[in-house]
Amino acid sequence: MADYKNEFGWFAERPQVPKKIYNMYTIFIGLAVFVILATSPLWLNAGRVVPPPVPNLDTPAIKALAEKERQCVLPTPEMRATHMQLLIDWRDQVVRTGNRVWVNPSGKKFEPSLSNTCLGCHSNKADFCDQCHNYAAVAPNCWGCHLDKPATAGKMAQAEVK
Amino acid sequence: MGMDRREFIKIAGLSTLFGLGAKSAWELLRPGQVEAALTAGAQPLAAKRWAMVVDMRKLDDATAQRCIEVCHQIHNVPDFSKPVNPKDGVSPEEQIRWQVKWIWTDPYHNAFPGAHQEVMSDRVHHMNFLLLCNHCDNPPCVRVCPTQATFRRADGVVMMDMHRCIGCRYCMAGCPFSARSFNWRDPRPYIKDTYPDYPTREPGMVEKCDFCAKRLAKGQLPACVVESRGALIFGDLTDDKSEVRQTLKQNFTIRRKAHLGTNPQVYYIV
Repeated sequence: MADYKNEFGWFAERPQVPKKIYNMYTIFIGLAVFVILATSPLWLNAGRVVPPPVPNLDTPAIKALAEKERQCVLPTPEMRATHMQLLIDWRDQVVRTGNRVWVNPSGKKFEPSLSNTCLGCHSNKADFCDQCHNYAAVAPNCWGCHLDKPATAGKMAQAEVK
Repeated sequence: MGMDRREFIKIAGLSTLFGLGAKSAWELLRPGQVEAALTAGAQPLAAKRWAMVVDMRKLDDATAQRCIEVCHQIHNVPDFSKPVNPKDGVSPEEQIRWQVKWIWTDPYHNAFPGAHQEVMSDRVHHMNFLLLCNHCDNPPCVRVCPTQATFRRADGVVMMDMHRCIGCRYCMAGCPFSARSFNWRDPRPYIKDTYPDYPTREPGMVEKCDFCAKRLAKGQLPACVVESRGALIFGDLTDDKSEVRQTLKQNFTIRRKAHLGTNPQVYYIV
């Protein structure tokens, strides 16, 4: 073999490095324990059926409405997908511009208010909001300040700014 | 006298056209406004520049206390000396350190530092001035706020957007009137009767008087003004006929620390 050079100088031949893994058993056992621990939530919950959320619409305010009047401020699929954005828009509109009338695409007017308009109908936060929020493991911080009881349960039920 | 048939039909047609057209014209220019005006129970109060006059000749201590109570009640301001659950009681030092106040009283020395005379009128010396956020024209709190959580509305109300407040307390350092309070603790255990039509706050937020922006939007005067029965006068400073403007014209008034250049908009008649 030709002369071999590395950072320590010239050598007659390439130094022989033993081809073995030191502490092989410890390392592989450790790796196995790590993989099992890291994925343990998956194994522990495998096969467990989590019941899908069932938001409850059974509140006095909604019951009092006529069948065809039972319509949220936006169509239900839209509310399901974008209610958080709507709430942020309402918040900015009320706080920043002071305008407390919101008109939905079909021309109906509403007071943009979480505690009065939303909870005016959906007065059952635990059976409505929390259902999906718990299922999806999201914790919106609305309720740290906003009260989960509508201002005047009966009167505000028709939350429209008539 | 009288008109012929031709004339009558012409006028009738024109007035029908006008009557039909007016509403659609309104709808075109300001959609929804007609309905809102017709159907909304109360119109919001609007102004170009809200201002307040505190008439200390009419305001006695009992009335001032009532104003403070009603304000703190409808805005869910905690009272750390009155916990809902007795086990949440805090020491007197902490009651002062954590105090949250939107409107409060202070004697002349504290309200108008630097304006003190060597010999003062006894009456003014012992007067308890009703103090609140001055809703300055040039608010230092707004200038220093790093998140624009506090801002000045077009009508002069210096508002707080609690959603955006990060609790840095720059505004408290900036405000020369101590009108701002920080929430060191969760206020809910210290609110006896939670007022349902206003949110509470979370720890880590700064709060202050907002000239009852929510009541103004409903067409009502601020709660303290209503409660004071004439001792507090509230109105539009730009409106020459408003009561505030007339009162300011007829009386000599002083303002708190006006020399600082923040242009406070709460005036005091002593």
